[in-house]
Amino acid sequence: MKKFYLSCLLLTSLFMNAQTEIDGIMMSKNNFCFGAVYQHSSWDEYWEGTFKRENLNLGTVYTESVTLNGNYGVSDKLNIIFSLPYVETKASAGTMGGQKGLQDLSLTIKYMPFEKTIGKATYSLYALGGLSAPISDYSADYLPLSLGLKSKTASLRLMGDYQNGHFFTTLSGAYIKRANIIIERNSYYTNQMYYTNEVDMPDAISVNYRIGYRTNRLIAEAVLDNWVTQSGGFDITTNNMPFPSNTMNALKIGVNTKYTLKKIPALSIIGGYNFVLQGRNIGQSNTFYGGIFYILNLKKATQENEK
Amino acid sequence: MKNKIQKIAYNSLVVLFLTVNYSCSDELNERNELFPQLNPTNTDELAGTWKTFLLTTPDEFSLDAPIPTNAAAFTREINEIKSYQASITPEQKKIIKYWSAGGVLRWNEIMRTLVARHNRPPYQNEDGTYPTPSPANPFANPEFPFSNPPYAARAYAYVSAAQYDAMIATWHYKKLYNRAAPFTVDATLPVLIPKSGLPSYPSEDAVLAGVTVELLKLLFPTEIAYIQEKAEEQKLYRIISGANVRSDVDAGIILGRKIAGKFIARAASDGTGAAIGNQALWTQLETQTAATGETPWISLDVPARPPMLPLFGKVKSFLMTPEMVVASRPVPPPSTKSQQFAKELAEVKSYGKNATKKNMQIVTFWADGVGTYTPPGHWNAIASESFVALNYSEVRWARNMALLNIALMDAAISCWDAKYTYFNPRPSQVDPSIKTLTGTPNFPSYVSGHSTFSGAASVVLSHLVPEKAKSFIAMAKEASDSRMFGCIHYRSDCEKGLELGEKVGGFAVARALIDGAE
Repeated sequence: MKKFYLSCLLLTSLFMNAQTEIDGIMMSKNNFCFGAVYQHSSWDEYWEGTFKRENLNLGTVYTESVTLNGNYGVSDKLNIIFSLPYVETKASAGTMGGQKGLQDLSLTIKYMPFEKTIGKATYSLYALGGLSAPISDYSADYLPLSLGLKSKTASLRLMGDYQNGHFFTTLSGAYIKRANIIIERNSYYTNQMYYTNEVDMPDAISVNYRIGYRTNRLIAEAVLDNWVTQSGGFDITTNNMPFPSNTMNALKIGVNTKYTLKKIPALSIIGGYNFVLQGRNIGQSNTFYGGIFYILNLKKATQENEK
Repeated sequence: MKNKIQKIAYNSLVVLFLTVNYSCSDELNERNELFPQLNPTNTDELAGTWKTFLLTTPDEFSLDAPIPTNAAAFTREINEIKSYQASITPEQKKIIKYWSAGGVLRWNEIMRTLVARHNRPPYQNEDGTYPTPSPANPFANPEFPFSNPPYAARAYAYVSAAQYDAMIATWHYKKLYNRAAPFTVDATLPVLIPKSGLPSYPSEDAVLAGVTVELLKLLFPTEIAYIQEKAEEQKLYRIISGANVRSDVDAGIILGRKIAGKFIARAASDGTGAAIGNQALWTQLETQTAATGETPWISLDVPARPPMLPLFGKVKSFLMTPEMVVASRPVPPPSTKSQQFAKELAEVKSYGKNATKKNMQIVTFWADGVGTYTPPGHWNAIASESFVALNYSEVRWARNMALLNIALMDAAISCWDAKYTYFNPRPSQVDPSIKTLTGTPNFPSYVSGHSTFSGAASVVLSHLVPEKAKSFIAMAKEASDSRMFGCIHYRSDCEKGLELGEKVGGFAVARALIDGAE
């Protein structure tokens, strides 16, 4: 009876900690869950290709964000989800100034075509289709301090969830298609010169595995996430500048928790931590986040109004 | 109900994916792939008499007379063309499409690629010092060269000047030997590019390949394999397209190589090798500035990096004597203790605090920093795209690129002379709260390199393409402003830099008026 677990899925497409929290639970019909998440991410070492280094001209690079999220249950099997982050970046050393602003709006349709309970075990399958697009005119070509990569993306994720009693495990895989971006130069060098302001962005594959404990009140899980850039990317050469179409890979490990208040069951608190175990052309970031969510039953509200 | 929702879900997912896959074409439209085949309106038939840079006379290097076109050996050379054409491959067609836009143009593009690829400051040693790229050991870490703006300016200038002298010699021998083109000798021979009315011996493309390869071996020694591959393509293009026979090409390579030798000898003794200086000099620059009561420049890189090429101002110019460099030197910058300085510093700070989107775009567009073809390369790109529309002959292409690049090298020399005469600090050194919108270059502030390069380029290009003068001047102003908007230069750096650039660009314009081409 997993549908009673109220889920808030948050998708932040921040390139540095391209974190996709994907859970095997659905919002019930006519429920709308919304909330905000604060995230703090920092790194002082990064990879130029496979070469791991620090950069004293950057010191520690910080990315902070506040993301608004919402999830509406069209039905028990179909949810529509959005997220919109406001991001601020800065470096602790060197002369380069940071950036701040709204990043990318993402919309996801989450569909559960299959769910079956046999004894204490529940099996379910999901398909998630997502779109994201920048909603402010930030500059992608300002790495590592840009707000994001500015590419419009479309993703398809397939996911399977198995729950037995209070224990569960979820496995999913996604293909992320990225559209070309426009930068503010009319030529650039990757591993060849391009005389255009348009950049071909490599696609990516994301595999996400999670395992943990799940009840009405508490979810606690461990996550392993692998983000792998597909062909078309390239490595940062030693002491060169990063570029939006770099191959950016990250193998991350982390924990997520969600607690629903006993007295106010519509209110839940989330929190988590993750860090990059291994990467390529990205910072080895440590990320903390915390947030709060509230659920409205829209149908009930309407009915009450009619009375 | 259930079916309806299922349908909606399936359909939205399917539509989403199909839309994405069909609407997101990854194809890029690159401007340099649209360049038309070179088809000069004026062949500049008499260019063999134009004034050269280093060659004492156009025939300083001899070239043997070609075999006559009625010889059996010549017929065999025509048969070679026909045999290539009979089995032409798509790859070969691509090579023809690429190179037929023009040899000077394509070699200039190739150079910009090499500059961008090698424009990376060395990574520090464990102890916080920096290794130096060495031409004697170019594959060591760090690879040679570090093609920073002065290095790049000089490289573009040497290649362009050598190509120009080589084209003068080519035009001289073309007229002297007056050998008919293969398609004139054999009217049945298909020609895959616009027919040139010029004699075909020696092949201008082969001379360009010959002279350029030798210079690039010197300037970018780790790239020899890549450079040779390009040269082989260019030679092949001339033969397959029917523009030249093998002996036109072979003679061109020989002539180009000989001419390159003269430029290589000059490069070896022009002072670039010593431009990096040494610890004693770096310390002296600091102490002598401090002795005047001014704040000396310090490196804002961590660990502190030695200043970039402090003796580049002493490099031997093509058009300026050392006395002319000193005479062109701008007045001293406002003292760091002056009110004027405080005002300019405040202005820089305000650009950082109120960075508009428009200003950020300007900063990024003109940044031309690490990993790019540098500001001189940017002006080469601007010039090339202007010249393409004008359908120059190869010799005029070479001349105009040489005038531009010699002016850009003079800009580097005189700008670096000013920087290390005054050795003044960057805004972020004086006020660390100033955050920049682009990387802070590792050399003194006054005058701005971008401004000097842009002033010089705009003056030369305005002379060469007067109908676009307004746009060149506007671009130069914007490039200059970009450094102030980016918070790495004061207004004086930019304004005096533009003026200095315009002054040294004037020397190239003066030369243009008397070189016989106008």
